[in-house]
Amino acid sequence: MTGADASLQQRQRPIDYIPRITAQYSGLGYGEYQWLHSDEPSEWTPVQRPLRESRLGLIATGGIYASGQTAFHYKDDTTYRAIPTDVGTPDLRATHFAYDLTDARDDINVVFPIDALRTLVAQGEIGELGPSAYTLMGGIYSMRRVREELIPQLVQRCLEDELDVVLLVPV
Amino acid sequence: MSSARDITRAAGPARSVYLDFPLGHTSGRPHDPELNLTIMRETLAAFETLTEPGSMLHLNHRWSSTDNWKDKVFAPVERGEVAGDSSPSSGYDDDRVLRHETPQYQTEEDAAAAHAEHEGEDCLVCAGIDY
Repeated sequence: MTGADASLQQRQRPIDYIPRITAQYSGLGYGEYQWLHSDEPSEWTPVQRPLRESRLGLIATGGIYASGQTAFHYKDDTTYRAIPTDVGTPDLRATHFAYDLTDARDDINVVFPIDALRTLVAQGEIGELGPSAYTLMGGIYSMRRVREELIPQLVQRCLEDELDVVLLVPV
Repeated sequence: MSSARDITRAAGPARSVYLDFPLGHTSGRPHDPELNLTIMRETLAAFETLTEPGSMLHLNHRWSSTDNWKDKVFAPVERGEVAGDSSPSSGYDDDRVLRHETPQYQTEEDAAAAHAEHEGEDCLVCAGIDY
């Protein structure tokens, strides 16, 4: 296929992951996966000030840790890590059971956009980053444990860090 | 940010930004800082431009010149191509990783560094772990 032909190729619609993953799990004989479904969107909180004056927080799933920290484990891990936002990018690691880690281990920015965020701070487009980014595993099968154990701790950390906005980067 | 539009829509965040890349690339492409910076600028702009609860901004970047990568995502495996294939007939390979309950380090050096770091004291950054 020539480049011109390729550029004309029609885009496929976004993948519907829920039916594909549900079919795979039931095809393998596992119980039906309980997807989170909200009837209403989360409560709307207006942004208080422009981004260039804001302190931005980063919360990422994807099993990211910094060298020297304990790695995540693969079964319903409801712990989190606080990673200083001035961490050296080469010190960041990724470990996970549910996605292909090849590119994340080659360049962590594909799941933890720390270099882009630091560049935007340096260029004055973001006011500043919070002192820590928070990372977690995701892939936790108990919504109750996420709601009762993990989220309240993360909310507390965000309040203590006096963040204006928080960017969530799931995998 | 999201690379799984239907999962994010079902969860219903107040604001979201969708990037049509394969899972494991929520914020960009490896070693492409210019693209990743553009993605981040467009993403953060949504804090100031989205006004309706539940709205999702679609970014226009494309993973490759074709979308053929989508055909193989969570798709049943073609059987009968390999002589003597005696796999079960579900059509799916079980490629899920064992759910270990011990830390899974990327490198041996990380395990040693973590042990050295945590010897004899509680760590304030690996929250929720009992030592």
